[in-house]
Amino acid sequence: MKDFASLFAALDETNKTNEKVRVLKEYFISVSDEDKIHTLALFTGRKPKRQINSSLVKLWAIEMANIPQWLFEESYQVVGDLGETIALLLPETTGRQDRSLGEWIAEINNLNTLTEEERKQWLQQSWSVMDQQERFVFNKILTGSFRVGVSQNLIIKALSEISGLEQSTLTHRIMGNWDPLTFSFYDLLQEKDASDDISRPYPFCLAYAIQETSDQSKTAEEMEEALGDPGNWQAEWKWDGIRAQAIHRDGNIFIWTRGEDLATGKFPELHPFLSALPEGTVLDGEAICFENGKPMPFNVLQTRIGRKNLTKKILAESPMAFIAYDCLEFAGDDIRSMPLRHRRQMLERLHEHSAFQDTFRLSPIVPFESWQQLYDLRLRARENQAEGFMLKKKDSVYQTGRKRGDWWKWKIDPLSVDAVMIYAQKGHGRRADLYTDYTFAVWDGDKLVAFAKAYSGLTDQEIKQVDNYVKRNTLEKFGPVRTVTPALVFEIGFEGINRSSRHKSGVALRFPRILRWRHDKKIEDADTIDTLRAML
Amino acid sequence: MANPLLQFNDKGIYCAAGDFYIDPWKPVDFAVITHAHSDHARGGHKHYLSHHLSRGVLKYRLGEIQLETAGYDEAIYRNGVRISFHPAGHIIGSAQVRVEHKGAVWVVSGDYKTEDDGISVPFEPVKCHTFISECTFGMPVYKWKPPQEVHDDINIWWKRNSEEGRATFIAGYSLGKAQRILQHLDQSIGKVFLHGVIANTHEALESDGIRLPPASRLTPDTNREEVRKGIIICPPSAIGSPWMRKVQPFSFGYCSGWMTLRGARRRMAADRGFVLSDHADWSGLIKAIDATQCECVCLTHGYTASFVRYLRERGYNAHEAHTYYGEEDEPAELVHETGQPADIFLTAESGGNNPDRVLKGEDIQAGDQTGRPAL
Repeated sequence: MKDFASLFAALDETNKTNEKVRVLKEYFISVSDEDKIHTLALFTGRKPKRQINSSLVKLWAIEMANIPQWLFEESYQVVGDLGETIALLLPETTGRQDRSLGEWIAEINNLNTLTEEERKQWLQQSWSVMDQQERFVFNKILTGSFRVGVSQNLIIKALSEISGLEQSTLTHRIMGNWDPLTFSFYDLLQEKDASDDISRPYPFCLAYAIQETSDQSKTAEEMEEALGDPGNWQAEWKWDGIRAQAIHRDGNIFIWTRGEDLATGKFPELHPFLSALPEGTVLDGEAICFENGKPMPFNVLQTRIGRKNLTKKILAESPMAFIAYDCLEFAGDDIRSMPLRHRRQMLERLHEHSAFQDTFRLSPIVPFESWQQLYDLRLRARENQAEGFMLKKKDSVYQTGRKRGDWWKWKIDPLSVDAVMIYAQKGHGRRADLYTDYTFAVWDGDKLVAFAKAYSGLTDQEIKQVDNYVKRNTLEKFGPVRTVTPALVFEIGFEGINRSSRHKSGVALRFPRILRWRHDKKIEDADTIDTLRAML
Repeated sequence: MANPLLQFNDKGIYCAAGDFYIDPWKPVDFAVITHAHSDHARGGHKHYLSHHLSRGVLKYRLGEIQLETAGYDEAIYRNGVRISFHPAGHIIGSAQVRVEHKGAVWVVSGDYKTEDDGISVPFEPVKCHTFISECTFGMPVYKWKPPQEVHDDINIWWKRNSEEGRATFIAGYSLGKAQRILQHLDQSIGKVFLHGVIANTHEALESDGIRLPPASRLTPDTNREEVRKGIIICPPSAIGSPWMRKVQPFSFGYCSGWMTLRGARRRMAADRGFVLSDHADWSGLIKAIDATQCECVCLTHGYTASFVRYLRERGYNAHEAHTYYGEEDEPAELVHETGQPADIFLTAESGGNNPDRVLKGEDIQAGDQTGRPAL
């Protein structure tokens, strides 16, 4: 655990990629294989099951820190992270510990045999022998909120340099359904793939954006210059669903989402088509709500995903389909290294033979002769329930992760309104102790009505200015939320808008964010609720 | 009921009986200054009263001002009101201001810390009826380690950089933190260099008779090899500037109490964040307040709302006051200047003059003639 805590500190302390990789390599070389695989599991989001809920952890920490509960809560508002708050508030350590990461995780996993009182004793005893950094990483593991400021790519890079295996091979091997208790570091680094995990998905190929923001819009000429002959490119609508990989192997089906969640049970409508595909098939596509031959807005899917139980009502209101756009495995063969045009043929063949074309749909190829033609079509993407276009090079292989060049997303410009900031709340992580989370309002007659929250879009410098404004212009405090004197106007961008009975404003936005701070506008110049309604 | 001895108005902390202000933020006739940081010592007042050791820096930062100075515990009278300075331990020359009139004693803390930093006269609690205190770090998550441990960490880090051929930049406020860092550097590791703004500040301090460990101003003529083995003390505003990026490779550390929080460390994106503060931590604040044996506490800046609530639960008559202090203590974010890089290794023909370089708050107020670090 000491090594692991210092690894975490060392990774935090540098921004240099090479230095991070060096630190990771040093760590992986020096610790036991058991700790290596536990580390890999933690760094790839495979956390041990949470054995003590965080309100108990909090309660026992408050007791040990000997401060009033409100002060703990306010400290948390400042720190923005529960594990760190606890680590900072607990009294000085009284001992030391030498248990390995693996031993601590084993203790955590065994907690289910203890009574609540025993757990409390165990936890407070554990805290008392750890230093601050150990407490911090331990709390993160214990509360199941372990996230690390280092990308999976860097870990893969370090492991690749140690083992001599290709990065893409390792990326693939650490995907899927493995458990650090059964999958060993030795298995991971075998020359030949030793895994018998039939659920294992392939790493998703990801696209770069043609334009990051709407003010960097690209013209047809610029597209021509950047991407060349339109004949080399395949265009498809960019669907607003959940990216998913559908697998049929050895009589079993699996549906993985992009976040590496195994979500097979969430999509029962997709099971029949998937089971009917030949064994040894893996498809890449979009899980999306679909009705009357048309995709439904994202919020329908969002509502459904949020539900624990898929009731008859939910199933009826939000029927699912799978829009397939790639085939990664065919007849048990990994065909990712074949050019897209061949993979597309295989996909079309599978589709042709499917008896479930309602739920198994092909992402249509949008024909275009020139970039100007595609540019014009893109402006009508919303009519097609799409977010823009995906552009894929016809002779490209299916890449591992995000690689520049073969796949591009060309999104439509967001919708936008000018709105007034009315509430602010402190952020988390990198934005701890700064007012970074804002609520925005538009005019409804002479009243401001809240319609969206947004967290991103400002520069660090602007955040500092807004933070300063909030601190000096607070009207009221409701717990962590501050009401501020309305004065600042921002342009808020969003991808879509829908009616909502749950929100006072009557609308719900898709992916709202701050496009720019309108220093030139007064609050009277902000938009009205009617502007928003007109966009419905 | 008689007027309170000190009141907060739109210009600052006002003493009606003595007709003077303490650390006013708007121009007044008579300003008593706790210390020379820009949020407490502003320009434009007719008369200034400060501690002796603030003289040089005040004149450097504010130009020709009409300034009277006094030592600690020395009584000055205005309209029968007794004013005296008492050590605040914040920076060299920093003072708490004690005001006494008709049996009422009030103390304005300015900024303070309770531990001995080895360069300023250590904080001394002053008994009073009302204590007007800062609480910059008034949350229990802020607990300072013994400063020697931090200084040891800095030296170990510098030594390693020096051995591995990286220059070392260490950032802290030019008045206070910079001298404190310098005081505890192990000069057997290498030479110490100063950013122009800090070198100027040191000259100002030395004009008041302060003696600081040896350190040289970084200039275009400075020996590269010595810079690479050495350490450069710079203000936060220099972080990320072309001035700094020209010395490659380097490692940079930032010294501040804010470095306690991982979020602040990540925002700062320093290679190392050292938790070193010139303010009292949570328990330092509580001890300092308890030691005044006061009945009433006014909190001027920091986590005032939470700290007031906590003090009330401890039985104090505590209040929040609205002031304009605390700006100097904001963690400086990365500054990416545009325009020509001000290369410390510039040769004559590549042109080292860059009067347009924009500096941030502290340095502008530091009154550097050209508005850029002296090269």
